[in-house]
Amino acid sequence: MVTSLFQFLAAEGGEATEHAIEFGHKAGNVFVEHAWIVLALPFIATILIGAIGKRLPKGGSEVGILAMGVASVWSVGLLITNFIGSARVETTYQSFDWFPFGNGLSVGFGLQLDGLTAVMFVVVCTISLMVNIYSTSYMHGDSRFTWYFTVLNLFSGSMLLLVAAPNLLQMLMGWELVGICSYLLIGFWWEKRENSDAAIKAVITTRIGDVGFIIGVFVLFVAAGNTFDIQTIIERAEAGEISMFTLTAGCLLLFAGAAGKSAQFPLYVWLPDAMAGPTPASSLIHAATMVTAGIFMIARLFPIFEISEVAMNTIAIIAVITMLMSALLAMVQEDIKRVLAYSTISQLAYMFAALGVGAGNAAIFHLYTHAWFKALLFQGAGSLIHAVHSNNMGDMGGMKKYMPKTYWTFAAGTLALAGIFPFAGFWSKDEILTEAFNFGTEPGRGLVEGVNHGASSDWVALLVYGGGVLTAFLTAFYMSRLFVRVFHGEFHGHGKPHESPKLITGPLMFLGIMSVLAGLVGMPWWKEGFGTWIAVGGELHVADANVVLIGISLLAAGSGLALGNKLYASHPAVDPLKKLGWFHTLLVNKYYLDDFYMAAIIRPIRDRVSKAMYWVNNNVLDGAVNGAAAATRALGRGVYKQVDQRLIDGAVNGMGIGAKATSGRVRFLQTGNVQRYAALLFVGVILLAVLFTRF
Amino acid sequence: MNLAWLLTFGAFLFSVGIYGVLARKNAVLVLMSIELMLNAVNINLVGFNAWFADQTASGQIFSLFIIAVAAAEVGVGLAIVLLIFRRRKTIAVDEVDLLKW
Amino acid sequence: MTLPEFFIIAIAVISAISAVAVVAAKNVVRAALYLVGVLGGLGFIFILLGAEFVGWTQILVYVGAIVVLLLFGLMLTAAPIGRYALDNQQRLLAFLVSAATFTGFTVMIWNAFGDQEIPLDQVVRTRDIGTSLFTNFVLPFELVSVLLLAALVGAILLAKKY
Repeated sequence: MVTSLFQFLAAEGGEATEHAIEFGHKAGNVFVEHAWIVLALPFIATILIGAIGKRLPKGGSEVGILAMGVASVWSVGLLITNFIGSARVETTYQSFDWFPFGNGLSVGFGLQLDGLTAVMFVVVCTISLMVNIYSTSYMHGDSRFTWYFTVLNLFSGSMLLLVAAPNLLQMLMGWELVGICSYLLIGFWWEKRENSDAAIKAVITTRIGDVGFIIGVFVLFVAAGNTFDIQTIIERAEAGEISMFTLTAGCLLLFAGAAGKSAQFPLYVWLPDAMAGPTPASSLIHAATMVTAGIFMIARLFPIFEISEVAMNTIAIIAVITMLMSALLAMVQEDIKRVLAYSTISQLAYMFAALGVGAGNAAIFHLYTHAWFKALLFQGAGSLIHAVHSNNMGDMGGMKKYMPKTYWTFAAGTLALAGIFPFAGFWSKDEILTEAFNFGTEPGRGLVEGVNHGASSDWVALLVYGGGVLTAFLTAFYMSRLFVRVFHGEFHGHGKPHESPKLITGPLMFLGIMSVLAGLVGMPWWKEGFGTWIAVGGELHVADANVVLIGISLLAAGSGLALGNKLYASHPAVDPLKKLGWFHTLLVNKYYLDDFYMAAIIRPIRDRVSKAMYWVNNNVLDGAVNGAAAATRALGRGVYKQVDQRLIDGAVNGMGIGAKATSGRVRFLQTGNVQRYAALLFVGVILLAVLFTRF
Repeated sequence: MNLAWLLTFGAFLFSVGIYGVLARKNAVLVLMSIELMLNAVNINLVGFNAWFADQTASGQIFSLFIIAVAAAEVGVGLAIVLLIFRRRKTIAVDEVDLLKW
Repeated sequence: MTLPEFFIIAIAVISAISAVAVVAAKNVVRAALYLVGVLGGLGFIFILLGAEFVGWTQILVYVGAIVVLLLFGLMLTAAPIGRYALDNQQRLLAFLVSAATFTGFTVMIWNAFGDQEIPLDQVVRTRDIGTSLFTNFVLPFELVSVLLLAALVGAILLAKKY
């Protein structure tokens, strides 16, 4: 019924009629027809939890689990029946006219359903389901349990909104909403000042990116002829209707937003601090979903980005810088969550690097695999933290014997992250490295019909390859450092830790299985694999396997793991990395980047610019207003004194005075002498007589 | 005789009467001057009656009335003069000027 | 010039001179007596003009009563007997006004009636006056009598000593 409503509404309005509902080869596929259920369920859950959650026996979490469970099943069904192999359908659009804004143009609201959307649906819904289940145990006893689930499901809904957006405005809406949910969840325990500070830092830093994003949206809007619709913009860009300068500018601005949201240099500083939030929230938001929004956005608009070589190069270079910087930072952290946070930044940089060299399918594949194992790692970290009541690695050690399930699942996640065959991360990381190498060594590869497609410069692609290999080494190193220190050796903490309850270990096991198996759908030998499902930028090709490159990357990962094990298995009291001296200090202080921001941006603005603004507000603006008031008062006084008192009263008084003066003179006519009166009377009579007779 | 001469005579008396009304200080003299003016009117009326000679002799009748009224007026006027004299001990008209500015 | 005409002119001249004397006399009693001259002269002119009743009434009422009344008034108000200044300040203005009046009247009269003649041989008998008075003008007659009554009462009332 609702679909027919959509049909009706779509048939009525502007742009939506261009993309009226088209059914694929499998007519009447129920998953597609009612795909909006996936979008709607989390929002309904939010409202329900918010309204009646407190009264439910499990505090609202059962609603969340049920909603995300149904959504996950639906999205898996959607993916399998519509976008895999021969069952693939055309992209469908279901939207209704949201608001018209003159000239017959209108903005639609709804969903664009293609392979990319379906895959993202699966990722978001399933991981959100795992997080919901996990949080039921992790957040047990918290006073704001129900609020947590409200925001969590709101976040899930917002992310789905972003992913399904057929036009930039809806994407922007989802973008902002996930930002707000992130803020709410980071600052969940706001009673501690540092948590609310971290939340504000997240908001402000991502906001800086978001300004660029919004401007970029509008640049594209105007450049593509006043349309927000993504498909239309892509068509017009490919048809050459947008000038290269405008296009590059728009792409760079959009990338600024992506850099903010997805924590790339120089806007990554918020992500480590965001670990102040509850760990399950971190695992959902800052590992798998929100931070991938930037990558998703670029993938969605990939045909536009591919046209501009400048934009692609920028993305790739910043990605390389970020991946190396953050990997180095991860090496010196003592807090488990921070290691994982920097690791996330580094892996996101991998995805951006893939996008930068034109390997859109590889980027999304890595996004997909990374979601599984990073969420797993975070949840594992949460399990550990729950057990020892501390984030610090120094308080852990030898956890293997206390928490076996956590140990094995964490191991699976670590190997997946390091990129060891046949775990999930291996396939996706290798595809990226292979594509980068190929792009770098085959010049002109990206040109299609004279139009630059997927072309970054050759040296950039090779830079990406080199940086990627180095980062793979570093990733393996710091992860093994973490793993060995936490799970092997002796326990250095307080008390006796025990394994976490089933509701925590259950999701861990599911994610562990996914970390092992998920990558297999993207095997390069399977030509109907992951790349064909998502078809980023319309490209259906899957990279061919290059055994040499695979060997190099496995070597890098293996040596990293070995080095980490060697250095830390003996649990040295002093971190061997401190031998790096000044470099170690630099890393511990995070390249002094935070201090730089504080000194160069925050302090001047807060202490000088804000003060100046305050001064302007008080003196200039208020001065103007007060001045206006004072002027009006003075005017009033002036008018009163001059006009009213002098002029008007003067006139009135003057008349009185004049009358008095004249009468003062005239009254002397009244002498009282009757004869005088008689004389004058006769004079008058004579005059009148003369007048009447003569004239 | 010429009517105009008679009327001129009447006009002369009238003018003299005006002079007397305006120029004399004693109230009784003013009354006398007023009598002069009234008599001038009388001579006019009688003259006109003699010239016109209508059946009702209205000119003469009118002059009779004037005589009667003049008499009454002099009586009342003198009564007033007496009152003023009692009050102010003077009947100089220009000294009875209380009703002034 | 017929005899009546001559007498009219003569008496007119005398009356005129007396009138001037009335307003110019320095002695109030003399002024009153000059007034007698005027009024009497006027009475005789009336008779010559054929208005017998009016003429004798004039002499009776005016000379006989009004002048006497005036003299009584003069006496009762301690009229200054002797040579005292009897004219006020605006003599000049009064003279001018009266001269202007006279001029104006004369011009008008001669314009209008310069060529009219009065027949002096017609006499209106007292019987005719009476008839006219009691038939055509009975209302004014009665009113005048009421007026006289009012004047009488008023004069007495006004002059009463409290």
